[in-house]
Amino acid sequence: MNPELVARLPKKPKRIKFYSTLALVVAIIVSAAVFSGFSILDIINNLRFATRLLKSMFFPPAWDYADNVIKPLLQTIQMAIAGSFIGAILAFPAALLAANNFIKIKWLNTTVRLFLNFFRTIPALVLAALFVSIFGIGSFAGVVALTIFSFGLISKMTYESIEAIDYGQVEAIISLGGNKLNIFRYAILPQVLPQYMSYTLYAFEVNVRAAAVLGYVGAGGVGQTYQIWLDLRRFDRVGIIIIISFVAVLIIDLISSAIRRRLV
Amino acid sequence: MATLSKPVPMKPKANSIKKTIIFIIVISLIIWAFDGVNYNGLMPSAAGTIVGMWNGILHPDVSYLTDWSIDGLPYAIVETIAIAISGTFVSGVLAIPFALLASQNIVGKRVSKVGKFIITMIRTFPELILALIFIGIVGPGAPAGILALGVHSIGMLGKLFSESIESMDIGVKEALESCGGNSAEVLFRAVIPQVLPEFLSYTLFRFEINMRAAATLGLVGAGGIGAPLIFAIKARDWERTGIIVIVLIITVTIIDIISSKIRKKLV
Repeated sequence: MNPELVARLPKKPKRIKFYSTLALVVAIIVSAAVFSGFSILDIINNLRFATRLLKSMFFPPAWDYADNVIKPLLQTIQMAIAGSFIGAILAFPAALLAANNFIKIKWLNTTVRLFLNFFRTIPALVLAALFVSIFGIGSFAGVVALTIFSFGLISKMTYESIEAIDYGQVEAIISLGGNKLNIFRYAILPQVLPQYMSYTLYAFEVNVRAAAVLGYVGAGGVGQTYQIWLDLRRFDRVGIIIIISFVAVLIIDLISSAIRRRLV
Repeated sequence: MATLSKPVPMKPKANSIKKTIIFIIVISLIIWAFDGVNYNGLMPSAAGTIVGMWNGILHPDVSYLTDWSIDGLPYAIVETIAIAISGTFVSGVLAIPFALLASQNIVGKRVSKVGKFIITMIRTFPELILALIFIGIVGPGAPAGILALGVHSIGMLGKLFSESIESMDIGVKEALESCGGNSAEVLFRAVIPQVLPEFLSYTLFRFEINMRAAATLGLVGAGGIGAPLIFAIKARDWERTGIIVIVLIITVTIIDIISSKIRKKLV
């Protein structure tokens, strides 16, 4: 090209910032991998253990043990339902307090949000381990842990939905002389209810998966059975537990997400 | 509210039978669920435990926090972050082929259904069980945790990636093709620039989730803060439990804040 024309072209933006960010990210990832001793070679070298383990688990699994898996599995589902139900009931008032367009008291909104955030940072499994030391080994500790976990999850998603409602409806009610209760009943509830129910179902799905492993710390359900046979190294029984719970979770997921798609 | 001048229209009644049936099913499911939860009362030592936990939070074991050796809290928390970062990176890379396989506008309707089902299957498989399987393969330690997170996160990232590929503006790709661009040019100049910000944002979001997951993987021996935490809880060493939980909450919160700031800039 003509050098004069080239000089008149806009200059390319300098990409120092881009390259330095990229270098930083690469450095973080590499140092994380080195720190944790992650090496692809080790994994490839150990692949024969993988085939051996998978063979003892699934080829064949202990089909005759399948009947004994059903009962703890149903208990797992019961725990998940109970936990997400109580969590959802507690979550709605909390979400109303946290949403800044219904109760417009800033310090209250912020405090409730901080409180909800606090609940969401503690993993369900850790909560379960703590509650097992209060309520003893069994499903009750698991239900309490799942309740708190779903409370944190549902309330956060719900308050975000409440804040995203069409505010025109609220203004319409106010202009007709409606009070807070009217606003709640005729503007917020109809707009948020489908999403709230969808979040509850979503929390239920997450809870089923969480409940399946809670037993590992003694909080009831199929995880407890699983841990017993794993400790005894009866991998064929471990295999059948994994297969049956996997199928159950998959079915629940498919049903629940089909319902959710209809709701919203 | 003020009385309305016009009568309010009647509510549609067509769905009421269906609604009643659904309502009954839901209520009976809930009753069945509560029936199965056996409440055996508190442990006889519960009151002492709660007081102990409360004291543990108020007087955490600070000496554990300043223990810079390999058995100290700083090492465990850095290891947890390292597991989360590496695991997220592995899944971010692995999720791309799965996402392409599940995207309708790349592989067609039939193949994409299979791809979507595979991704759902991966998502359903609990990471803790994956961790146990990988411990059987690479032995206990952080690499097992990384592999577990790396494989399990494909389930979520693959789904989100494929959704963003499917909602991509196809016009850019067609424009490049009409100018004679080859498939590599289409990939690097049309597909990747469009989906990359979303991919990065989803990956960061998954990193936030993986941070919490990495904190629990140690319970089964896959490295990180989980192992010292469960030992402290089982030994009823509430001072130590207190410091671990406090540090965990602070770390997770800081990472959440940084990550969501970056995500807001990206998209």
